[in-house]
Amino acid sequence: MSDAAVPLGAVPPPVPGEVAVQITGMNKWYGQFHVLRDINLTVDRGERIVICGPSGSGKSTLIRCINRLEEHQTGQIIVDGTELTSNLRNVDKVRSEVGMVFQHFNLFPHLTVLENCTLAPIWVRKVPKREAEETAMDFLRKVRIPEQANKYPGQLSGGQQQRVAIARSLCMRPKIMLFDEPTSALDPEMIKEVLDTMIELAQEGMTMLCVTHEMGFAQAVANRVIFMDQGQIVEQNTPREFFNNPQSERTKLFLSQILGH
Amino acid sequence: MSDTHAQTVAQVRDTMLPPAPPPRRETGAIHWLRENLFSGWLNIVLTILAIWLVWTVLSGFVPWAWRGIWGAGSLTECRQIRDQLYPAGTSVACWSVISERWQQLIFGFYPPGGYWRPPVALAVFLVAVLPILFTDLPRRLLWLTVAAPFLIFFLLWGGTIWGPLTMALGVVLGGVVWLTGRRTGSPLVTLVATILVPLLFWMFLAKPLAAELAQLAPWGLPRVASKDFGGFTLSVVIGLSAICLSLPLGVLLALGRRSDMFFISKIAIAYIELIRGVPLIVWLFTAQLLLNYFLPRGTNFDLMLRVIIMATLFAAAYIAEVVRGGLAALPKGQYEAADALGLDYWQAMRLIVLPQALKISIPGIVNTFIGLFKDTTLVAFIGMYDPIGLATAIRASTDWQGIYWEIYVFIALVFFIFCFAMSRYSIWLERRLERSHR
Repeated sequence: MSDAAVPLGAVPPPVPGEVAVQITGMNKWYGQFHVLRDINLTVDRGERIVICGPSGSGKSTLIRCINRLEEHQTGQIIVDGTELTSNLRNVDKVRSEVGMVFQHFNLFPHLTVLENCTLAPIWVRKVPKREAEETAMDFLRKVRIPEQANKYPGQLSGGQQQRVAIARSLCMRPKIMLFDEPTSALDPEMIKEVLDTMIELAQEGMTMLCVTHEMGFAQAVANRVIFMDQGQIVEQNTPREFFNNPQSERTKLFLSQILGH
Repeated sequence: MSDTHAQTVAQVRDTMLPPAPPPRRETGAIHWLRENLFSGWLNIVLTILAIWLVWTVLSGFVPWAWRGIWGAGSLTECRQIRDQLYPAGTSVACWSVISERWQQLIFGFYPPGGYWRPPVALAVFLVAVLPILFTDLPRRLLWLTVAAPFLIFFLLWGGTIWGPLTMALGVVLGGVVWLTGRRTGSPLVTLVATILVPLLFWMFLAKPLAAELAQLAPWGLPRVASKDFGGFTLSVVIGLSAICLSLPLGVLLALGRRSDMFFISKIAIAYIELIRGVPLIVWLFTAQLLLNYFLPRGTNFDLMLRVIIMATLFAAAYIAEVVRGGLAALPKGQYEAADALGLDYWQAMRLIVLPQALKISIPGIVNTFIGLFKDTTLVAFIGMYDPIGLATAIRASTDWQGIYWEIYVFIALVFFIFCFAMSRYSIWLERRLERSHR
């Protein structure tokens, strides 16, 4: 676990009242398996939420529902004022406003780093190529790998690939960023470089939902930590309260297991 | 642990080792021979066996081919020359049949005055596919690719130049409708209009227009009927047409088979399984005999066109299965990343999925193409004069009755050159695309 030593004060507060994501009474099943049960969650603009929990607790499924990589069956999900239904136009609209970073990066191996970053702006946002490339270089500088722009993803290290993936999402200028275990597939030496990038993003006021077990990151930038188990939100609180004064037995057990070594 | 181990357990390196070159290997031809050919008893036996095998084949074939007789007018003449030159009982090739009949084997019954046309058409084809095959060529060459089908049609079948030009005009019309509609109208209306306008133009306006223009300016080439196509011209026209048409159709079928939409996927599965489950020769007979029953009375649908359509439909089913393998081999994360970025289905397929899936499928696709090209020889059975059909005809002529090997060796050689070129290209392409590894 890396210690992201950024003082909490450096992170701007969320904007109360402006809702980025609103989930009410949402349920999801995989066949007979009830994977998400009665999820209610409101995320304000600029809020940074860390979601943790044991594997199979439905935390990845939850954030994948927010850009409809998974479909929910009942309840309501409203992202940036658009409700997610089977209406494909709404789905594409939400997806172009919501960035996602995956555990296994999912860069496009047949395109260069720069092409990875310009593809969606050019084809979805219809940005002219020159302009898209300039934006992409700005974000590649921001994640500190502009010199790799013309390489292919296969030539980069895991940490570099994940930073490219973050830059690729940012090039769409998303309003919300989803992180699905962004550091779980990385070597320990590379975790910090990715977390630093995410912390910088948080400091700029990006709305973020992160599934992660990096508790140092949670303490540094999260407004709220959500603990999930068996498809339900078991506990949510500010990081300080969550780590120092957990309420439920299940949370205490989980925290003792991930922090107790 | 006792103190005696302290020195060996704890260790600190204060200088890092520089990289050193690997040890030099034993080299030289004798070493190579011993290593590769005579490394053990089994290897020695196999080496000797292989040398004997190669010798047996070549010692028969090479003198036979090398001493071959050119320039005789018939098989009888060939035999007379052979008896004069060589002791009795020597077997030599009679290549005269090739030098006498090569034009027929290559051009079939194409009018001799137009022998330049098929090679020029082939050259146009090769130039037109260059910008597709070699992606670093200037993109402007793609205009040639668009114009090539009409030019090739004109070169091969002849007639006035206005026929192909009015056909091309239909395509241009469609393009204009598409471009104006995309800016102003709704997408659906635009799509329907883009398909309908050229169709109506071709059905009602193209022919009279071409006829009018032909009266004004009767430029053109002598018309050549499809039944006069033969030999390698026929094989190459059928083979390359089917290759070019079956790839897009096969890709669409593969996408259809994996589609979430019930009817689309079931139709694709039914099509693929039906076509693959029946031998090509049966489909060719269907094309020859049955297709006319289904078409309106009086339509005389060109047999060659029917064969091209059948070969295309047949190959598309195989291509679809090969491409489906490539699609399945692609990690799910690629689809998800494309979705998460907001790309729609066709964008995701065109920009992310197909470039990678087709790359994985290259060996299978080229394998199917090579198979398809060789399978064009089956048209001999429905009365078309491809090289095999012509070989039968030549062997039945009085001059060359009784000749076997020479014609078939020649046909095999030409087919081999075509297929080997395709194989080399696919290997080159695979290497070139081998820029990423998962």
